[in-house]
Amino acid sequence: MSKTLRIKKGVDIRLAGAPSTECAAAPAPKVVAIQPPDYPGLTPKLAVKAGDAVSVGDALVFDKTFTNVKVASPVAGTVKEVVRGAKRRIMAVVVEAAGEEKHRDFGVWNGGGRDALVAHLAEAGMFAAFRQRPFDVLANPADTPRAIYVSGFDSSPMAASTSVVVEGQMDHLQRGIDALAELAGAGGVHVGLQAGDSALGGLKNCKTTAFQGPHPAGNVGVQIHHTAPINKGEVLWTLGLQDAINLGALLNTGKYSARRVVAACGSEMDTPRHLETVVGAKLADLGLKVHDGARVISGSVLTGTNAGMEGHLGAFATQVVALPEGHDPKFMLTEGWLSPGLNKFSASRAYPTWLMPKGKTYTLDTNQNGEDRAFVVSGQYEAVFPFDIYPVHLVKSIMVNDIDAMEKLGIYEVAPEDFALCEFVCTSKIPVQSLVREGLDALKVELG
Amino acid sequence: MKAIHNLIQSVKPHFEEGGKLSRFWVVFDSLETFAFTPGHVTSSGAHVRDSIDLKRTMFLVIVAMIPCLLFGMWNIGHQYHLSLGQSSDLLANVLVGAWKVIPLIVVSYGVGLGIEFLFAGMRGHSINEGYLVSGMLIPLIMPVDVPLWMVALAVAFAVVVAKEVFGGTGMNILNVALTARAFLFFAYPKQLSGEIWIHDVATSKAGGMLVDGYTGATALGHLAGTVGTAASEASAATMSLFADGGMFSLSNCFLGLIPGSVGETSSLACLIGAAILIWTGIGSWRVIASFLAGGLVMGVLFNLIGANAYMTINPVHQVVMGGFMFGMVFMATDPVSAAQTNTGKLWYGFFGGLFSIMIRVFNPAYPEGVMMAILFMNVMAPLIDHYVIEANIKRREKRLTVAAA
Repeated sequence: MSKTLRIKKGVDIRLAGAPSTECAAAPAPKVVAIQPPDYPGLTPKLAVKAGDAVSVGDALVFDKTFTNVKVASPVAGTVKEVVRGAKRRIMAVVVEAAGEEKHRDFGVWNGGGRDALVAHLAEAGMFAAFRQRPFDVLANPADTPRAIYVSGFDSSPMAASTSVVVEGQMDHLQRGIDALAELAGAGGVHVGLQAGDSALGGLKNCKTTAFQGPHPAGNVGVQIHHTAPINKGEVLWTLGLQDAINLGALLNTGKYSARRVVAACGSEMDTPRHLETVVGAKLADLGLKVHDGARVISGSVLTGTNAGMEGHLGAFATQVVALPEGHDPKFMLTEGWLSPGLNKFSASRAYPTWLMPKGKTYTLDTNQNGEDRAFVVSGQYEAVFPFDIYPVHLVKSIMVNDIDAMEKLGIYEVAPEDFALCEFVCTSKIPVQSLVREGLDALKVELG
Repeated sequence: MKAIHNLIQSVKPHFEEGGKLSRFWVVFDSLETFAFTPGHVTSSGAHVRDSIDLKRTMFLVIVAMIPCLLFGMWNIGHQYHLSLGQSSDLLANVLVGAWKVIPLIVVSYGVGLGIEFLFAGMRGHSINEGYLVSGMLIPLIMPVDVPLWMVALAVAFAVVVAKEVFGGTGMNILNVALTARAFLFFAYPKQLSGEIWIHDVATSKAGGMLVDGYTGATALGHLAGTVGTAASEASAATMSLFADGGMFSLSNCFLGLIPGSVGETSSLACLIGAAILIWTGIGSWRVIASFLAGGLVMGVLFNLIGANAYMTINPVHQVVMGGFMFGMVFMATDPVSAAQTNTGKLWYGFFGGLFSIMIRVFNPAYPEGVMMAILFMNVMAPLIDHYVIEANIKRREKRLTVAAA
């Protein structure tokens, strides 16, 4: 029996359009793209060129620094194009699926020591899914992390359900956890469970802690902070639950698996439910029915990217959300700042959200709901930030690029996603997540 | 709404870059965003955002001030008629009050927003909402008969020196409204003491129409006169004003039926405002509660010392007199000039309340201690936060050494 920790700070944004527990297999995508910008800290080098034929598991790109770390193709087919952005940065490697099952065979893993396992995972494209704290970037395969953390649930709005995700995959997951236990240092593997959910109850070879409370209780950073916080000089690895399953599948079957169960949800999505597809699938290929003019997001409403139907599922995305765009100006008396706001959602008590029944859901659009301002209100971030860290002061130290202050204020423990709710609740509409990313990058450069 | 929106959009080109009226873009932009929350959509980070914005926040603070404003208007008329010994009705009282207060509000907003527009235009940023609150606070902490030109001067000083030189809303160190009050207090000490707390009291006095016992002084003004004499020698007449049935009895002070600045007299109205601020979460309950605690603690301490008549006043009576309650609810809670950390807010509020009572009793030259106390704590707030955060940093460092050991 694992212990239960109660997270008090945070907020559940009660959005309309949560997915049902139904899980359907999405049509096989015709086009798939690997998008290197999804992997913070990875500097991509091409392993293929346009026109090359690839099998599932063949490397598309590798990292410039850790050259053995590869990102593999989720499907078999032909490399269609390499999309480049400013300064010829590789934005995506697009693969046209051939519609056949052709896997590169990595061989079933029968043991062979930690170093060989790392090399095996890196070669098969699985290691690219590991992230390290501090900095929330691609892990260094040469490190031995103090511990490896997997969050067993997603607490973000309308998230995919753990029981749907792991259905029929428990063998792979356990195998993945076993492998992580071999990779981890003295701290072992830690899996964060959702209090009251028994979907992951049978896991062995790891420490578990149950977390109760609102988002961001499911963020791995919060789970680390409340179990064994990171100190300066320590390195931890984190891995997504679905990547842990895929890792186990690789070891069990010898084939690279890019399986993703995503919650196709949001108020502009017809029949919100779970869909099974692969990483990088083109969203238009998934058979989604999205209302006209909606914003289609790969990832959660708090941290995802505005991909559009022509975009692709991000490397770490477990949701596809359709939200109404908020281009319409809102008249002050009817919908704006002087309105009663019965249908507005606010974590503050400035609107009557807190007086409404707890089951009421809200349709939020993408309007910023106010203009950019300097910091005025205090105490707002602290209420949704379950760390023993002063978020506003940390953000301010990043704004003035004070490396020393960032270190002292605890930047090692956080990732941009941990600040997503701060960004949501901010009265002054400060772009907190991108600031934190800048701060982490600046610190990483400083420390070399 | 559609019509208003179309009208705004039709004149918009004139104000945009290259238009005839482009120099008035700031004015146009602020009016447009006032009427319509703009259709800006999120481009980075979280795709959905909380409905709260600074306009809503500031608007709720103004709502919280309405009880003080309305009661203040009525009380001006009430005090005026009382000083003449006349009976009056609700309407007559409010009319006298409105006659005095509305010009104050007009001058405060006119001058303050004028300067804000000027600075926003010069710096090319949009108007911030901060002055909406300051502009209402300033009339409420002015004596009734303060000359309007003084108000204009004080507002100009406060907005420029306390706020704009630091970078505008969110950047100031001192509370803007209190700076305006402090400016008047130090620049025009003669005019700001004596017979300006009741409308036309000087004229009435000259005309011999004033009721006996009316000097036009505030409760704190009376009490300041007793300092320096031993408790037993204190003017019995003064202290009798504070006994049951006196002009400054506990119930009169609590309800606010006493002379004073426009909006500060009624503790009841201030507490209604406090309830609104705490209920909506806009004002920090930590600051308000600890401020009150600080004031009461100092009051009790003075009771124990009892060196003069002023010190012997009941602590509850102390905190319902003068501007203590108004300062506690509307000035100390200003999030920009207060401490930012939750722990810091408790210390900030506690010492603010403590010093308010201490200054008014120890230094009769400053009958209104709360103004000095809050300005002082505004200056101290960053220091308080510094120590709170330093403790957090120490905690983290200690964890590191434990892990290393």
